Amino acid sequence: MTAKVVTVASGKGGVGKTTSVANIAVALASRGQKVTCIDGDIGLRNLDVILGLENRIVYDLVDVIEGRCRLRQAMIRDKRLPELYLIPAAQTRDKTAVSPSDMVRLCDELRQEVDWIIIDSPAGIERGFKNAIAAADRVIVMTNPEVSAVRDADRVIGLLDAEEKGPAALVINRLDPAMVKRGDMLSVEDVLDLLAVELIGIVPEDENVIVASNRGQPLALDGKSKAGKAFQNIARRLMGEQIPFMELESQNLFQRLLGRK
Amino acid sequence: MGRFLCSSLHYFITSFASKSSIISGIMGETPSLIQIKGIRDGLLITLGGADWPDLASAFVKNVDERSSFFQGARVALDVSANELRVAELSALRDQLSERGITLWAVLSESPITVTTAQNLGLATRLSKPRPVDAREAAEELPEDAAKWVKGPLRSGGRVLFEGNVVVMGDVNPGAEIVAGGSVIVWGRLRGVVHAGAQGDEKAVVCALELAPTQLRIAGEIAVSPKKQGKSQPEVACLKDGQLVAEPWQELTGR
Repeated sequence: MTAKVVTVASGKGGVGKTTSVANIAVALASRGQKVTCIDGDIGLRNLDVILGLENRIVYDLVDVIEGRCRLRQAMIRDKRLPELYLIPAAQTRDKTAVSPSDMVRLCDELRQEVDWIIIDSPAGIERGFKNAIAAADRVIVMTNPEVSAVRDADRVIGLLDAEEKGPAALVINRLDPAMVKRGDMLSVEDVLDLLAVELIGIVPEDENVIVASNRGQPLALDGKSKAGKAFQNIARRLMGEQIPFMELESQNLFQRLLGRK
Repeated sequence: MGRFLCSSLHYFITSFASKSSIISGIMGETPSLIQIKGIRDGLLITLGGADWPDLASAFVKNVDERSSFFQGARVALDVSANELRVAELSALRDQLSERGITLWAVLSESPITVTTAQNLGLATRLSKPRPVDAREAAEELPEDAAKWVKGPLRSGGRVLFEGNVVVMGDVNPGAEIVAGGSVIVWGRLRGVVHAGAQGDEKAVVCALELAPTQLRIAGEIAVSPKKQGKSQPEVACLKDGQLVAEPWQELTGR
């Protein structure tokens, strides 16, 4: 088994990196893949909360790197999916506790044991980001359909090219089809026009995402919500399947009364 | 060119001037591999006389042995003719960064190494020309020299050139081009451009779609008006001290 290392980065904060890492990991694991996610946001850890594994942390990433525990001991097994693991970030340290070469070493050790390693990058383009992409085979750049988020994504894509980590794969998160239709939000075409990279996912705005995050129950676990479906599709595209992008056109009241699709 | 470049940090001169004499004494043991010199921007380290992996590890070892001296230093590296790829140079940069050292410039005779350094966002020459280099001063840049930039130039990307600049691809918002001469963009120009930055009022800026965040020619600054309708290739230039943009079709009379 040789894992593929996928890092999720964005530059700007709050675009949904951590939520997406949780959901993509869950989606991959629900398809029988063996997955480990690593929280790269040392000092501001969140991935454990979104996966609902907060109360089971004993050792963390920095403990592994500084030799206080074995890799296996820091891998928390998910309650729901037996093939899903999390290596949490340390909350009481900062980004300088880890170096890019530490991450490469850790991932090399882990590669033998799983199919996928999904790394959650912190916001920004400094040390934490460099750590997160050091071992990556593929980088997913997240953005929202907003000018500032797209600008930061563009910067990150440029940095990835310079570090020879490209070409990046793009996910557009929190797209509101109704706002796009009114001309109040950048469309998928607008974003692609500027960034000129491969698109591997469009996730619609969905309030269930917040509910799910607070409960620690990632949406991709149940296939009913549109956002959950979108994350499942991203996972399938990562696995090499050709999946068409789903129809996001919102239904009006009349269509709803006639019966949902 | 000097006026584009930020003034260097003066305290480095004083703090390293005293140390450099000590170091050259220590370095007497291995003069052929590593030479360290205090310059106004920090330390200039010359590596030569061996193959790259050995040189790099010898250098890192050297750093480890005198970590208190190197702690917090800004380092420019002269690698002479060594051909370095991104993986090699970024590995060294990471190793140095782990030791609290900032690598800011790489000097080399090899064009491959220079390109690598530029890709990693490192400077490829010291900010000020070395004092009284008669040979360099004599080689004036030919008037029609142009720098070829393979696009897209993304946010955070910066091109600085004394002559003309040609970009093959888009220039995205957040990117910046500063040219002594004219700027031609074969693509959409949406970043910031300064043409004729040393005062050349004849400089022009043209693009297939001219919609820069801000446009400067010589001393004049303008922002793009909100575009209506279909975009077309345009040329911007100075006319009677005013920045104007004209469609290419009209200029050529077609």
